[in-house]
Amino acid sequence: MILAVLLPFIIAIFIPFLSKWKDKFHTGIVVTLVPLVIFTYFARFLGTDFEPVTRSYRWIPSLDMNMVFHLDGLSLLFVMLISGIGTLVAFYSIYYLHKSEKLGHFYVYFLIFMGSMLGVVLSDNIYVLYSFWEFTSLSSFLLIGYWNHKHGSRYGALKSMLITVFGGLSLLGALVFMHTITGTTSIQEMIANNEAILNHEFFPLILSLLLLGAFTKSAQFPFHIWLPDAMEAPTPVSAYLHSATMVKAGIFLVARFSPMMSASDWYFIIVSSFGIVTLCWGSYMAVRQTDLKGILAFSTISQLGMIMAMIGFGTKVAIFAAVFHILNHATFKGSLFMIAGIVDHETGTRDIRKLGGLMNYLPMTATLAMFGVFSMAGFPLPFLNGFYSKEMFFNASLDLSATEGIAAFLTSAIPYLAVFGSIFTFVYSMYFFFGTFRGKANIDQLPKKPHEAPVGMLISPAVLVLLVVAIGLFPFIINEPFISHAASAVYGGEAMKEIYFWHGFNLPFIMSLTVIAFGTILALTIPRWKTVYNFVPGVLSMNKVYDFTVDKSVVFSSKVNKSYMTGSLALYMKLILITIVGVSFTLFFMTGGFALELSNLAPVTTIEIIVALTMAIAAFGTIFTNNRIAAILILGVVGYGLAMLFIIYRAPDLALTQLIVETVTVALFLLVFYHLPNLTDRGETGRGKLINWLVSIGFGLLITTVAISSHSSKWFDVISSYFVDNSYKLGGGDNIVNVILVDMRGLDTLFEIAVLGLAAMAIYSLIKIKNKKEE
Amino acid sequence: MEIIMSVLAGILFMTGVYNLLQKQLLRIVIGTALVSHGAHLTILTMGKLKDGAPPILTEGVENYTDPLPQALILTSIVISFGVTSLLLVLAYRASKINHTDNMDQLRGNDYE
Repeated sequence: MILAVLLPFIIAIFIPFLSKWKDKFHTGIVVTLVPLVIFTYFARFLGTDFEPVTRSYRWIPSLDMNMVFHLDGLSLLFVMLISGIGTLVAFYSIYYLHKSEKLGHFYVYFLIFMGSMLGVVLSDNIYVLYSFWEFTSLSSFLLIGYWNHKHGSRYGALKSMLITVFGGLSLLGALVFMHTITGTTSIQEMIANNEAILNHEFFPLILSLLLLGAFTKSAQFPFHIWLPDAMEAPTPVSAYLHSATMVKAGIFLVARFSPMMSASDWYFIIVSSFGIVTLCWGSYMAVRQTDLKGILAFSTISQLGMIMAMIGFGTKVAIFAAVFHILNHATFKGSLFMIAGIVDHETGTRDIRKLGGLMNYLPMTATLAMFGVFSMAGFPLPFLNGFYSKEMFFNASLDLSATEGIAAFLTSAIPYLAVFGSIFTFVYSMYFFFGTFRGKANIDQLPKKPHEAPVGMLISPAVLVLLVVAIGLFPFIINEPFISHAASAVYGGEAMKEIYFWHGFNLPFIMSLTVIAFGTILALTIPRWKTVYNFVPGVLSMNKVYDFTVDKSVVFSSKVNKSYMTGSLALYMKLILITIVGVSFTLFFMTGGFALELSNLAPVTTIEIIVALTMAIAAFGTIFTNNRIAAILILGVVGYGLAMLFIIYRAPDLALTQLIVETVTVALFLLVFYHLPNLTDRGETGRGKLINWLVSIGFGLLITTVAISSHSSKWFDVISSYFVDNSYKLGGGDNIVNVILVDMRGLDTLFEIAVLGLAAMAIYSLIKIKNKKEE
Repeated sequence: MEIIMSVLAGILFMTGVYNLLQKQLLRIVIGTALVSHGAHLTILTMGKLKDGAPPILTEGVENYTDPLPQALILTSIVISFGVTSLLLVLAYRASKINHTDNMDQLRGNDYE
């Protein structure tokens, strides 16, 4: 099973090489095979006797992070969707994307997405799930921004990234909470132990963080704004990620944790109300759109809201309908997206105001679209799967019971809202179909002369439409081996088994008829009531909030950056030093690290005082002299003073080395100084000098404090006795310092020599460059 | 004596840092040299000063100064020599090519 998940990633590695030969054969051909293989692999799990399967692979056992894949009914449903629709979309993309496009990029992102989406739905380990979850956001970002020369693509990509990653972070917060509370990283174990989470004082916080993650991903109101902008992606991507699979990841998440959380009243209230509001808002806004894909985007938002609401209901019927609709939505919406892509491809525009009357020019496409659209609208015909789930949705909305508080209000409001949303669903479905394929044709105004799409392009939507009809005609075929398992996994018990077309002349059917009646009236009179959009939403929109936030944070951060990233190295240095001094002194103060021990000091002698004074004066001298030679010589005084201190402090080797090095250094300085300008003042202001002094004094104080404290506090025993004892025994030398350097820490010395060698080479080449240039 | 040496090390660091913050390239190189002197002195002072004979094994001597800081400092002296000489040549090249040794005029202009 791990191979199935990793297969897309593995193939993705080879895609860049394959795409080099894209002129000879389209890269998509290979890519189509990948989901097909995965589909075949998982297809064998289908059947009435399906039992959940768990496979685990060690990854980071010490952190309790292992690749645990749990395949239950819900995962199976999603896996089939991901691989099945994936195959069709990849096949469709062969005809949609021309060979001159950057196919390598496209298919790498595509495969990364597919693999991570499989990982999301199969992972039982919460952190593995989270990693895959973020990968889907990332690949979605890359795919939306695929045509990165377009401003809209970049804008949409960034928007989706910011919103979904924001949700992803809050999801991570919820997962960490749940891990801490239950002590396990396995979702199944968490579900078994859900009392601990439900009764925890932080439960409301966990619930809201988790749902925030799900709502942003599944484009629930008011986080839906990224989805319409995501339509800038190539149409196969919209069909795949932004309709069939990725946007359902949020629904998957809610469904996955539903057995754990559904006991809570707040779960019902939040999930249902967000879902039902999204349903109404999405379908209402869809009619306003002029872009074909824009209509489909808002339609997707609204359908996602409907599924979300049903999962929120949590009843047997509702859960079954939700799971069923996940599948149905993928079939009809997938096909409609591909049809929108075909229309775009063949006419050169997706603007519904320019389109019309295409029935005569694209008869095949129009026929396919008809099935998809009427299924989406929930038209009561026995061969349209959309009707079944819509009918069950009405049924479920009437089936709710709550006696008090917000929940009671919600249960009474939901049926009306459901009908409202469905009416607009009907309206935009008709608007989509009749606006594109019927009415007056303005062929002359289209960028291209329309003609029927190539057969290859029609195959994928045709397969999906066939599924729409097949599920509609024989719902029980997919029910027993497939849907019922998924519903059981979400419901946490035996789920409903029967699907019928005719339920009798009952309330849900009356609701359906109401929807059709009002829907038809509204659809016929769209131009008359369209002005309503000037009032609701009018000028208010979440997009403005988003744009405002993003713009302001960009402006703010660039302001902050500009205030210190001035390009002046001295300023950077000052900031770093101030931080070091500030942090160190704060820590000193907080931990009481300062110590002053006067009892154990070496005696003070006159000669040392004289040397120290000379060095101190010389050190100041380097600052105040403007003469180059003087500064260099004074620096030499400091170095030789240090050598004398080494002698006094019984370090003969150091003294020798220091003397030699100092001599060579001074000589070097004297060689170079001639070529450097004089040390005259470079126009430093008084205030600048003061700050420099303050920083320097602060740092000097810090060093003095650290030196005194470290001398005064003896935390550990001296380890030097080891060297004294073993110098002769192990190193065969009397000079302990030498033995340490060349023997006990020989590697250090070797690298030290290497550093010197590198410096010598650098110096040599720096001088050499000059010579060449002058020649 | 250790206290005085600590103060001296502080002074070396202070003057070194002040030199580092200047705009003349030569001053910056001098600053690094001063800072490394200060560092050497600090390491030496952190141990004990004048506590026993020089660390060269001699018959009849039991008490030696701590050899470990000395070994560390020896490495450091050599390294800082390499650094100083490289910086010097770099400063020389930079001022030769750009006809200035002013740090404020030596910034890249790619991102302006």
